[in-house]
Amino acid sequence: MSATTSAPAWVRRPAQQNWVVRLFDWKPFLIVICLAPAIGLLMTFLTYPLGLGIWLAFTDTTIGRSGVWVGLENFEYLLEDPLWWNAVFYSVFYTGIATFGKFALGLWLALLLNNHLPFKSFLRAVILLPWIVPTVLSAIAFWWLYDPQFSIFSYLFVDVLGWRTTNIDFIGSAWPARFSLIGANIWRGIPFVAISLLAGLQTISPSLYEAALLDGSTGWQRFRYITFPMLLPILAIVMTFSIIFTFTDFQLVYAITRGGPVNSTHLLATLAFQRGIPGGQLGEGAAIAVSMIPFLVFATLFSYFALARRKWQQGEAND
Amino acid sequence: MSDAASLTTAPVPQASNAATAQPETMSWDSRSRRMVVLWLPLACFVIILLFPFYWMAITAFKPNAELYDYKTYNPFLIGSPTLAHIRLLLFETSYPRWLTTTMTVAVASTFLSLFASTLAAYAIQRLRFRGSQYVGLAIYLAYLVPPSILFIPLATMVFQLGLFDTPFALILTYPTFLIPFCTWLLIGYFKSIPYELEECALIDGATRVQILTKITLPLAVPGLISAGIFSFTLSWNEFIYALAFIQSSEKKTVPVAILTELVTGDVYQWGALMAGSLLGSLPVAIFYSFFVDYYVSSLTGAVKE
Repeated sequence: MSATTSAPAWVRRPAQQNWVVRLFDWKPFLIVICLAPAIGLLMTFLTYPLGLGIWLAFTDTTIGRSGVWVGLENFEYLLEDPLWWNAVFYSVFYTGIATFGKFALGLWLALLLNNHLPFKSFLRAVILLPWIVPTVLSAIAFWWLYDPQFSIFSYLFVDVLGWRTTNIDFIGSAWPARFSLIGANIWRGIPFVAISLLAGLQTISPSLYEAALLDGSTGWQRFRYITFPMLLPILAIVMTFSIIFTFTDFQLVYAITRGGPVNSTHLLATLAFQRGIPGGQLGEGAAIAVSMIPFLVFATLFSYFALARRKWQQGEAND
Repeated sequence: MSDAASLTTAPVPQASNAATAQPETMSWDSRSRRMVVLWLPLACFVIILLFPFYWMAITAFKPNAELYDYKTYNPFLIGSPTLAHIRLLLFETSYPRWLTTTMTVAVASTFLSLFASTLAAYAIQRLRFRGSQYVGLAIYLAYLVPPSILFIPLATMVFQLGLFDTPFALILTYPTFLIPFCTWLLIGYFKSIPYELEECALIDGATRVQILTKITLPLAVPGLISAGIFSFTLSWNEFIYALAFIQSSEKKTVPVAILTELVTGDVYQWGALMAGSLLGSLPVAIFYSFFVDYYVSSLTGAVKE
């Protein structure tokens, strides 16, 4: 019975494929359909705004009034604006010091975690916490830790250890505030760097170390000539990401100092926000944002060539 | 991990080398040295990385009298824990509203970007076509465009589309940084699924759509979970778009609302602020703790791809 009922169904099946099914089996159509949502969303909300932002930078648009083309006026204004220069300086300084700190400490932590440890996955989970908790919320915690009156660090240094007589001024004046923000950024960045580099470390074959040990190498030599070169491709990629997102950082500074005291800790992103959204000068804000692009292009090219070099080294197919 | 383990058990040469060797190759008698070069720095790292959370938690449950008096109370402990700050947060602010808004936005944008990036990754990795690798590269480059340079033009767009001050402004803009990441992650994941399985299905007369829904997607579930978790945390943590596109107090997301609604006047309510930060961090921390391994694999997988 089963044979008689199943046989006709099997024969008729191709006939049931109506044009919709055949359309969805036609590869070019399927490719277009599959790519449409992603490409559509990215085009509408990423590529178009990117172009729009560049266009806005050449207009005098304000909130509620579409602007007219003013050429390079916004940029000429910025070049004479000490606040913009200050933001450029601090963005570069912040990125430089914070990236160095993150990678030095993150690499150290990754090397520590690469040992044979008990509770390793638990340790790894705990270490990633600063990275998954919303940045603004941990920034508020830092704000409280940096409180001029009730900072626990001040309490420790003044009342417990007696190393200082006055409270530490974390965010009350320019330079301490700059370094306090960098400290918070490093704290937040270490987990990402450490976990990514740990993944890189674990791909290095132990036989390389065994060979080096047999040749009588020192610990430093093994790090310098095996670990570091093998880690370089992943280090380059992680560093590109880190540089881009540190340079365009917004949340930490906005949450802890809002650019103060006396505009000394403005990054380009916070300055763009301050001028653009609450200030209403959309054109000028866009110009500040656009002035970050050359730096980002540089970092992206760096990443691309690092990737290309890695593929060439490993002889991978180009996919 | 297994690499590190095998490294430890690898034959270690005699004393002269062991003294200068890396920690994992040290011999048994240098336990104290291992203590100094491994456990001590590791403990410092863990303490420093966790201290702000400890401080956040302890502040959230301290009564105000203890909060501002380090002399009579030990600041590292709670004398008489109180729920006053939490109560203030839950019943005298719109915190529950902020929480549901954030949850809605995070879930919706996660599903939207998972849908879009699964299809895109499938097309790029499986429906190989001329130039598919360039599409992949373009999507990767999109990940390198930071929100900080997009929020001003996006704000004008959101205005013109009439989405300003609605959750849709966030649901539609978050995929711009979620899709590139998820697509890249899923391309890597699809690559690891044997192509032969699909060929078999093709020979058996399955359509492309059937292959995607019945073969590739079920096999890619771990990858989908990783991408989903990552997207969820990223959209929960997003700040600049939510700050720029949402104005009315009750429609804000948790991170923005805590910073802009709870910080009032010159005297900060640190107890309530820390309680808010703690409660805002907890959902994502709990969510994360269930899926740590997926999370770590997606983080490292995306970097390695």
